[in-house]
Parts: sequence; C-alpha cells; structure tokens
Amino acid sequence: MISLFLLKRFFYFRTNLSNYQYKGGQQLIKIENLSKKFETNDGEIWPVKNVNLHIKKGEIFGIIGLSGAGKSTLIRCLNRLEEPTKGKIIIDGVDITSLDKNDLRNSRKQIGMIFQHFNLLSQKTVFENIAFPLELEKMDKHIINSKVNRLLNFVELSDKKYAYPSELSGGQKQRVAIARALVNNPKVLLSDEATSALDPKTTDSILKLLNETRDEFGLTIVLITHQMEVVKDICDRVAIMENGEIIETNTALELFRNPKTKTAKTFINSLKSNIVEEEINPKDFGDKVIRLSFLGDSARKPIVSRMIKQFDIEVNILSGNINNLVNTSIGHLILGLSGDDEEIEKAIDYLNKQNVNVEVI
Amino acid sequence: MAELIIPSLLETLYMVFFSTIFSLVLGFPLGVLLVITEKGGIWEKPAFYKILDGIINILRSFPFLILMILLFPLSRIIVGKTIGTTATIVPLSIAAAPFVARVIESSLKEVDKGVIELSLSMGATIPQIIFKVLIPEAMPSLILGITLTIINIIGYSAMAGAIGGGGLGDLAIRFGLYGFKTDIMIVSVIIIILLVQGIQFLGNKLAVMINKK
Repeated sequence: MISLFLLKRFFYFRTNLSNYQYKGGQQLIKIENLSKKFETNDGEIWPVKNVNLHIKKGEIFGIIGLSGAGKSTLIRCLNRLEEPTKGKIIIDGVDITSLDKNDLRNSRKQIGMIFQHFNLLSQKTVFENIAFPLELEKMDKHIINSKVNRLLNFVELSDKKYAYPSELSGGQKQRVAIARALVNNPKVLLSDEATSALDPKTTDSILKLLNETRDEFGLTIVLITHQMEVVKDICDRVAIMENGEIIETNTALELFRNPKTKTAKTFINSLKSNIVEEEINPKDFGDKVIRLSFLGDSARKPIVSRMIKQFDIEVNILSGNINNLVNTSIGHLILGLSGDDEEIEKAIDYLNKQNVNVEVI
Repeated sequence: MAELIIPSLLETLYMVFFSTIFSLVLGFPLGVLLVITEKGGIWEKPAFYKILDGIINILRSFPFLILMILLFPLSRIIVGKTIGTTATIVPLSIAAAPFVARVIESSLKEVDKGVIELSLSMGATIPQIIFKVLIPEAMPSLILGITLTIINIIGYSAMAGAIGGGGLGDLAIRFGLYGFKTDIMIVSVIIIILLVQGIQFLGNKLAVMINKK
C-alpha cells in the first residue's frame, strides 16, 4: 500500500510545466487529402497517404511516428521543400499548394523551420546566422542589429554573439537555429526532429524554449518526432503516423489515457518510467490483471481501497507509474485481482464508474 | 645568368597570373552551373547538365599542346598574334577553364545539403543561395581548388614555352636543353619548383586561416 500512497502524493502535486492555458483557437493550418509520391527504381512509393489534419492557432501539434513513417516528408510538404503530389495545404487562408515560385518564397518567410542537424552556416558567426534571413530581405543594418540582439537575449546566447557554430554545443546550436527561425516573425514554426540529436537534459531545455517561444511570439508549432518524451512535455495535440497515414489524432492527454492503436500504446510504453507490460503474465498473478489509467483528478479519491472494502476480492499491486503532461499528469496502475469471478466483474464495473480507464490485460 | 632568369620568371608570373584570372572567369560560372543544374540541384536542368558535363569532359581529354595549337587562330583574333607570352594567355585560360569548372564543382558539392534546404525554407532566391550560402560556405575548399589551378597553370605554362610562349619553361628548353646550358635548365626547374611549393604553402595557410568549421 505504500506505493499506492506515494502514487497519490504524486497525483496530488500535479506539475504545471506551462502556464499557457491552451485555448481551442481558430484553425490556422488545414491539410486536406495530402499525398506524396516518390518514383524509385523499384516503382513508386507513397511516403504520405491521404493525410487530413487541422491545426489550430497557438497550438503545439506533434506528429509522432517511427523512422520511415513519412513524417519528415509530411512536414516538408508544409513549406513545399517537398512538392505534394495530391491534396491541399492551407495556411492562414493561403493555399500553399497553388502558389507560384515567387509567392511561395514570400510565404516561406512566414514559416520558420528548425532541423535535427541545426543547419547553421559554418563560416558565419552566431550573429550573422541569426541575421541571415533579414539579410536576404536587404533590411536596414540598424533594424537587423536590434532584432538579432533581442533574439540573442531571448535564447540566452548574448555572450556567444561573435562565436562560430563549431565553438558551440549541440543545445546552443539549436538555440541559434531557433532564434534564426524566429527573426522574421513567422506565424508557424516547423520542427523537424529538433531534439533528436540532443541529450535528454538539453532536450528538456530546448523544449522549454519552444514552449516559451509559443507564449512569447504567439506561434503555432508543428513538430515531428519519434520521442514520446517530446509529446509528453510540450504537445497539446498529437497525430500518430504509420506507413504514410495518420492512424490516430488526439489531445496528448487523451492519448496517454486511452491510446487506441497498438502503435500509440507502444510509444507510451517507450517512456522510460514505464514497465514493459509484456513481461507481466496474467496467469502468474491472481485471476485477472487489469490496467488502470487515471487523470490527476480521479487520483485524489481512494478508489482502490474503497474497491477492496466493497468487494470480496484480493488485490495485488504489480506496478505503477506516473507521467507528467503539459497541464496534468496521467497515472497507470497494474493490479492483479483474485477471488470470485462475479465479485471481480462487479469491482471492474465499479472502477469504470469512477472515471478511471480500465483495461483487462 | 640572372639577366636570362629574371625576365623569364616575370614572363611566367605574368602568364600564370592572367591565365588564372581568365580561367576562373570562364570556369567558375561553369562550375556553379554544374552544381545547380544537376539532379537534386537548386535549379534542376538535367538535359542542360548532361550537355555541359559532356563538353567539359571532351575539352579535358584534349592533350594540352594540341588544344593550344587548335586555339592559335583565336589568339590571333584576340591579341593579334600567336607567338609570345600575351598570345599564350588565351589558350592557357581556355585549356584551364574546364579544369577550373571541375574543381569549383567539387568544392561547392561539399556544402552541406541541409544548409541549402534551410536557405530554401527561408525563401532565399537562387542567386542569394549561390552568393550568400554556397560560395561563402565552400570558401576554404575553393581556395585550395584555386591553389591547385594556379599550380596546374604553372605546369601548362612551362609546356606552352616549348611552342613559343616564353617564360621559365621556354628558357629551360631553349637555353637549357637545346643550348646545352645545363645550369640554366637546373636553375629554371628549381625556380618552378620553389614557385609551386610557395603557392601551395600560401594556399594551405590561407584555407586554414579563413576556415571557421
């Protein structure tokens, strides 16, 4: 019972990583029936198949998938670094897919992008790198100066102003890349595996920075990742991509509470704090093994102890864990129940009524 | 001996200097064109690329002396004569241009594809990508390539000496070889060696000095 107590304490002190209260704003990005075809020597392949997504203004939208799922091609279609084969992409009312080269170039200035390998100009200083998009605009030197200095401050790299990329750590390089992506005041920031090349601690700081970016600049962020930690830490909504298709879209919260597809479950299990469920063989523990998923609120009630009192069953706690999401936390508890079949059924019924998600393993 | 060596050295330097400049003027844009028009380039033109690629290969396969003789008429049109140091600059520049194109092409190809993608994502135009990204990012490698070109042209200029081009090569052949003045031949060759060593040394230094990577 001690572990249960600890679990409750955890739930009681819900963590708030972000003060930003995500409001379901207006739609900013609409992706309709988007498909992309590649011609290869072995015939054609479709890395993106019939994707439909609506992304709201001010939201951090994650697209998660394994490598080869097509997420990188999908995000590159958003600024047409890859030309879509079919379908439409509408960003802030503008149909990106129908623009000619000139209009496309102007539209791209509204869409910042950051990359896994940072893509900094190696022969230019930090300052020159951040100033680069403004220089393309032939902007006045004084304006460039003030804009770049402001962003250097924002990403906390003012002391590295005259350093070259080779003198920076990975996290610092990504900060420069973020500042550079923001200097044009874009509406949308695309993040292509921006934290995949970074260690966990640096990843946390970059995710924190992205979150601040959204709050400070009112950006909409679309990110692709294969790391569930990224989704857990900053995403409002998530789409899961597999074989070129979006197989599940949900708020991050609902995804953790009630993943529908096998892939979603696999991703949730990939979080370090989770035990591997496959290792639990139901036959080794009582008659039934159940998995409870509950949100911060339902954890405050002593549900499990009430269940034990009300029904004539034995309860064995097999494992428990907790995941902090953007605004709340999700707990999982795996219990072994033994006793009369009818009593067990009643107990499960009871749990179902307590706003707890029950899954029989 | 100095009264023979010094004018010849000056002729060589004059020939190499202007040939390098003109071959760069001709070859550099060709190198850039090769990189941007190839498959996956920022201005993809596969048919154009194939033709240009073919022409450059053909020009590079010509033995230098034959190419020089073929280009004599052009020298006559441009400088009015076919013999002498100035006349030699024309075939030297044209013969070195395809080489320069390849050297520039390979240097520019070393630029990280991600940086180009980034520039596109920021709405850069093709000229902006060429002048603000490709060339500055490849600069250390370009300097090494230009060093290689200068040394190559020194070699060519020595050969050009044999057919009336003047310079140290001419001196070594006419006075040294045919005139049995071994000392002049040896000194000429030593000066050419020193020239090559010095230019390579300076090129390497400069490339390291400006490289921030």
